[in-house]
Amino acid sequence: MTLADNAAQSRANEHQTKRPSRLFKNMTAKVASIPMVLTALVVFVGCTAWTITYSFTNSRLLPRLEFVGWDQYDRLWSTRRWLISIENLAIFGICSLILSFVIGFTLAALLDRKIRGEAVFRTIFLYPFALSFIVTGLVWQWILNPDFGIQQVVRDWGWESFVFDPLNNADIVIFGILIAGIWQGSGFIMVIMLAGLRGIDEDIWKAARVDGIPTWKTYVLVIIPMMRPVFVTALVIITSGIIKVYDLVVAQTSGGPGIASEVPAKYVIEKMFQSQNLAQGFAASTMMLLSVLVVLIPWAYLEFGGKKRG
Amino acid sequence: MHSVEIKDLDLSFGAVKVLQGLNLDIHDGEFLVLLGASGCGKSTLLNCIAGLLEATDGQIFIKNENVTWKEPSERGIGMVFQSYALYPQMTVEGNLSFGLKNARVPKDEIARRVARAAEILRIEPLLKRKPGALSGGQRQRVAIGRALVRDVDVFLFDEPLSNLDAKLRTDLRVEIKRLHQQLGNTIIYVTHDQVEAMTLADRIAIMKGGAIQQLASPSEIYNRPRNKYVADFIGSPAMNFFEGVLDGGTFRVGDLSFSTEGYEFEKAPSGPAFMGIRPEHVATGDSATAQPIQLESTVELVEPMGSDTLVWATVAGERFRIRVDGQTEIRARDPIRIGFSAAQASFFDAASELRM
Amino acid sequence: MADTTVSLAMEGPRGPKPRRRLSPRNIMLYGTLIVVALYYALPLYVMIVTSLKGMPEIRLGNVFAPPVEITFEPWVKAWSEACTGINCEGLSRGFWNSIQILVPSVFLSIAIASVNGYALANWRFKGSEVFFTILIFGAFIPYQVMIYPIVIILREMGDGISAVTGTEFRLMGSIWGLVLVHTVFGMPILTLLFRNYFTSVPEELFKAARVDGAGFWGIYFRIMLPMSLPIFVVAMILQVTGIWNDFLFGVIYTKPETYPMTVQLNNIVNSVQGVKEYNVNMAATLLTGLVPLVIYFVSGKLFVRGIAAGAVKG
Repeated sequence: MTLADNAAQSRANEHQTKRPSRLFKNMTAKVASIPMVLTALVVFVGCTAWTITYSFTNSRLLPRLEFVGWDQYDRLWSTRRWLISIENLAIFGICSLILSFVIGFTLAALLDRKIRGEAVFRTIFLYPFALSFIVTGLVWQWILNPDFGIQQVVRDWGWESFVFDPLNNADIVIFGILIAGIWQGSGFIMVIMLAGLRGIDEDIWKAARVDGIPTWKTYVLVIIPMMRPVFVTALVIITSGIIKVYDLVVAQTSGGPGIASEVPAKYVIEKMFQSQNLAQGFAASTMMLLSVLVVLIPWAYLEFGGKKRG
Repeated sequence: MHSVEIKDLDLSFGAVKVLQGLNLDIHDGEFLVLLGASGCGKSTLLNCIAGLLEATDGQIFIKNENVTWKEPSERGIGMVFQSYALYPQMTVEGNLSFGLKNARVPKDEIARRVARAAEILRIEPLLKRKPGALSGGQRQRVAIGRALVRDVDVFLFDEPLSNLDAKLRTDLRVEIKRLHQQLGNTIIYVTHDQVEAMTLADRIAIMKGGAIQQLASPSEIYNRPRNKYVADFIGSPAMNFFEGVLDGGTFRVGDLSFSTEGYEFEKAPSGPAFMGIRPEHVATGDSATAQPIQLESTVELVEPMGSDTLVWATVAGERFRIRVDGQTEIRARDPIRIGFSAAQASFFDAASELRM
Repeated sequence: MADTTVSLAMEGPRGPKPRRRLSPRNIMLYGTLIVVALYYALPLYVMIVTSLKGMPEIRLGNVFAPPVEITFEPWVKAWSEACTGINCEGLSRGFWNSIQILVPSVFLSIAIASVNGYALANWRFKGSEVFFTILIFGAFIPYQVMIYPIVIILREMGDGISAVTGTEFRLMGSIWGLVLVHTVFGMPILTLLFRNYFTSVPEELFKAARVDGAGFWGIYFRIMLPMSLPIFVVAMILQVTGIWNDFLFGVIYTKPETYPMTVQLNNIVNSVQGVKEYNVNMAATLLTGLVPLVIYFVSGKLFVRGIAAGAVKG
């Protein structure tokens, strides 16, 4: 045994020099991951850090590292256009969250009742999601046109004094955009909710039926609580989408009438690329990032906090 | 002649130590079964031997060559997986020849080896089919064939029969044993099924917590388990245990005292201990009277299984299992006479749980 | 006694329970679904009818009225003559620009993301999960935050390439710059999609291939790629619709000559010059929406799988 041990030892020593270095282990995989690493570090981390840094400067036409403290943020929060943008985003965000969840879940629940023609309904509810925001915005701009659209149709039916002209009324223009936004986005929520509903064990429904619980009560007391993770994930995705809303407004109203339907994303782009006020744009975009983080961090904490992810 | 040698093998994932200072020598042509409950490290050990997991410390030799840092394909092993792991988009022939093509084996040599493996496993008619069109048993044959064509000395089997139904499992088990006799390769076979282990193995290594509890022939493991864990793990229904005190020639448990006559102690028989007796070594009725230890009890539950019947009773306050012939007439609440002998029992030290 | 039980059994309910097809529950259910379906289908209908009417007819009627006299002239005009305020070449230029942007973007982003996902699923290395986490969180960062630094990066990279090759090359404002941007921003969702898919491939298959001596690229091209064609189709659908529908990146990283179709469309419809030709506008809108719509109606479940990929955890 000792002889064999010695022999083994010497054989081991021969190979000692060949141990591959840690760095070169999995080398191909590391080289193949370079695009991902660059994207993560240079674009997502690097560019974000760059923008935040420059938001504290007085850059105008070109980025310059002359720090001015919180000046840009002070200016931002005293700009009427920004305040309107924030107010619009808040109204649009809250309303579209509530409406798209209610509509999306209701539709999913209806489709989940083993109905005929489910595929047809699903196809109709979801097709707007395949379209560009530009297309959506332009179609609804046309449908809401006061001279030819819904308002005129109702007047032609005999209700002469009917008024429904959201796109030209500064007080309610954001709801005009909301209609289009819901039309485009609620199908997506429906799909996610439907996937969630389909993921629920059939036996739960059988058990509820044996226990004699009414369908609506089963939804409220059993199914919705079980779908909490689906709701939370959908919420995060939708919220981060809402904060980015830009194309829809550009196409439907161009921010008008006046500045009544401005949104933060549009403010940022215009400050950066049209008003040559870069640092103001950076500050505004940093605020957008901040509002995403407000949603994202609690979610990430709930989702990944405590347990390690495999 | 050693076929596979494992020296002081350590493997940890972060802070979790899966294998610790593991040593194992496997002889040429041996059929070695790694047996244990799930999470005992048996599959991990097999993956280390295959080179699919990298050892944290220690060495692995195959055919006297240190392969610790070698790629799986360079180790001279063939491997069969539980889920068959056949490449779904390739035909059976493609599956068998994929490894050889990667090793740049000449075409006619590939054809020769594939034909030979197909003949041994009787899968020639299936060569042009895709795995999706095969039954479970056929898939597993192809998976074995993939190991076969590599012309290697060591086969690694990772629970190869677990995905098959009971009937097929028995058939393929016999076929694997026949294959081993025919080819004479070294086989390392991981399973959690003790019947597979007992029927196939030349030696069984029972693992728990990343360490080998006992490495011995099936009969040695069954008759002379090294420790209480092995005794409890092997055998179905499981061994009956009494906790008591050894004192010279008697084992006292509660008010009862059993003679230990006929048992060959390895250590001085004294102090607190466990006594274990297998359900099939317990006699009942008239034959019980011929046994040195005799008791009276009442039947609590009867589980007829056809060929034999499992009887549950209580002895010395412990649940007690007895295996009787399937034809025995026995009902719950019947009085029952039990007899057994210390010669067939096992004694374990209460503290170390090692065989005494 | 025995007699009565038998007769009772004969009289009681037997066979399938009778079901009314027009139960109040069904009327409610289908009624709701049909009304909602009308709301969703309406805009598509409006687009189609408007685009087939002549301007006089539009001025007389309303948006919902079907066309009395069908004309395809608005379609022709939208495609080749409509004005943006800068040029009067219609949508066709935007269409071809979009195609030129789309093809390399889709190919490049899927190629890179599938390899990333494969490396993350099967060849994890120290730190790979950290980069993946950054990537996923990056998907939530508003683009506006990263847009300007990327302008600088593209400009510098273009200058770098020009200096190395000795020829004038610009990334900023060119189609290639936009391709790069689409590749970068498509990476999080696609990498997630591929990683989850490759993780679901049994690990033993990967182990078997390693025992068979296949390496990183061998396993990718010979084992993984052939068995994952459906997920590549899903990724393609996701990318084609996503890139086609993009407006923001198109407007920022290209010049008027290379504007994609969505930007061209917006410029045509929201151009303040001349008389508004609603029929031409709707034809243009419909034309732009046609590519994703066709993909959507043809692909069906695969489209759903693509958009649900981000929401369903893996």
